[in-house]
Amino acid sequence: MSKGKFGQHGGQFVPETLMNAVNELEEAYEKYSHDQEFLAELSDLHKKYTGRPSLLYYAERMTEDLGGAKIYLKREDLNHTGSHKINNALGQVLLAKKMGKTRVIAETGAGQHGVATATAAALMGMECEVFMGKEDTDRQALNVFRMELLGTKVHAVTSGTQTLKDAVNETMREWTNRVADTHYVLGSVMGPHPFPTIVRDFQSIIGKEVRSQLLEAEGKLPDMVIACVGGGSNAMGIFHEFVNEASVKLVGCEAAGHGIETGKHAATISTGSPGIFHGMKSYFCQDEYGQIAPVFSISAGLDYPGIGPEHAALHDSGRASYVSITDQESVEAFEYLSRLEGIIPAIESAHAVAYARKIAPSMGKDEVIVINLSGRGDKDVAAIARYKGVEIYE
Amino acid sequence: MSRISEVFSKGKAFIPFITAGDPDLATTEELVPAMAEAGADLIELGIPFSDPIAEGIVIQEADMRALASGTTTDKLFETVKRIRKKTDVPLAFMTYINPVFVYGSERFFKNAADCGIDALIVPDMPFEERAELLPYCRKYGIELISLIAPTSRERIRTIASGSEGFIYCVSSMGVTGVRSEINTDIGEMISFVKEAKDIPCAIGFGISTKEQAREMSKHADGVIVGSAIVKIAAKYGKDCVEPVCDYVREMKSAISG
Repeated sequence: MSKGKFGQHGGQFVPETLMNAVNELEEAYEKYSHDQEFLAELSDLHKKYTGRPSLLYYAERMTEDLGGAKIYLKREDLNHTGSHKINNALGQVLLAKKMGKTRVIAETGAGQHGVATATAAALMGMECEVFMGKEDTDRQALNVFRMELLGTKVHAVTSGTQTLKDAVNETMREWTNRVADTHYVLGSVMGPHPFPTIVRDFQSIIGKEVRSQLLEAEGKLPDMVIACVGGGSNAMGIFHEFVNEASVKLVGCEAAGHGIETGKHAATISTGSPGIFHGMKSYFCQDEYGQIAPVFSISAGLDYPGIGPEHAALHDSGRASYVSITDQESVEAFEYLSRLEGIIPAIESAHAVAYARKIAPSMGKDEVIVINLSGRGDKDVAAIARYKGVEIYE
Repeated sequence: MSRISEVFSKGKAFIPFITAGDPDLATTEELVPAMAEAGADLIELGIPFSDPIAEGIVIQEADMRALASGTTTDKLFETVKRIRKKTDVPLAFMTYINPVFVYGSERFFKNAADCGIDALIVPDMPFEERAELLPYCRKYGIELISLIAPTSRERIRTIASGSEGFIYCVSSMGVTGVRSEINTDIGEMISFVKEAKDIPCAIGFGISTKEQAREMSKHADGVIVGSAIVKIAAKYGKDCVEPVCDYVREMKSAISG
């Protein structure tokens, strides 16, 4: 029987060599996700190591400038390691340790998940290896060195398009090679069951905090929640708490790269079709023969030809809507937030900021938007400079 | 008796794999009947895929060459139709699930059956997910080959019980590719299968030499060789038919002992 379905999406499409590993993971997660000691340990790490709860910041100047809905930023960029990725990495590495694993492997796009996994591995005394597309090791060179500082071995992946998709391929290959002592810390709400559920659950702390923080600040739930979507982990993390609250609009922002019409983008929901890849049934950018398409985005973290199966199901049911944001719009939002609020967002998160700039003016002043500011932009400064034609060295 | 079952009724089977369209489909069209002539008992044709996660670098590169030469599933069906006029060697497609699913499973199986494909191997569709394709296999009379791996353990019984045609035993951990040694206890793995069901077992992954093939054929009913052949194809390109067939002849005689 197929497991881990979200509507018609999800499932467990992996080689037989990995089936016992994903089954063992499912059993272990079933056990530890209800284990008070495990949950207390993780909660303690969130509080004392990551610095949770992260702030819910009222962006007053942005609100005034746009002249519509009140805008709040969920400051995941303030977490230790600079993004929401640490929430999942700590959870999974702790789980792997409880399972008796001694080594973790991970894929990374922008390097945020790689850094978070390398950090959690260092903290918990686990061996760690990260796979990263060669193109991404070039455009995110600082994060490579950061992982190496943390004691992780980084492999530059030279197959295929040399980006996130290829990093996932190579990490899966490595997992089939050595599964007994190794856990694959998948970085997004994607892949074979149980990963989409595990990653969502570990990230759902974002939405839980938003609910209580906003109730305290405004006495209400948000009218709209906006998050960027590659695989979709920060978005599921903030959406999950509100999926059953019909009044809360959920909006995911995909990377439109050079523009949907140019074909150079990573807008899976806008342009993709149903497929089965990387362990899951979902939507993918691909051709009529099921060959996965090369994708483009200024953001290495959104540069992925698929989307997590739960997002695919939320799209099918109409519960969440997905829009696409170009490189140009996201760079403008990157600069806008930096100048107006003194907050430099990750270029991934800037896609969500860009959509808020479009929609907020059309909403009422009594309405509230929460943007998931999933990461900080320090890693992107050099790339943005290059985008604007300035040659600087990191 | 199906063409697949007949393969194993005549002694140890030698099963070569090639990536269809590497370096182009014209070469594939020549290669398949020639390999059958040289002693191949069943031939696996890989449908090239952009992201073959179960393959090592040798077959990954073959997939890239095949796609670069313009190979598509439709063109491959046409090629197999022409191959079928020259040989009735049993043919299995080896492909990832996405090219089947996106083509349209019903349409894929109909066309595969029409051009004379006997079996299908899908490395990223485990036993639990086979309902995705099994109805079409039954409808169009194509056998769905199950895989077992060194990690399968207690799963072997379940997989074997529901299997058909033959079982593809993965010899080693990791992806496809030539290996200097194979450490899995193949004899034990196969005896577990046979306890559950009397079905032929063929071993693949990592086998390249005559010695390895001979050793494996002591335990198994068939030996599958992929990367070693694809390497020859990579080296000789369009002129690979003769060297590949020489190799097939040698390997077949090694296991026929």
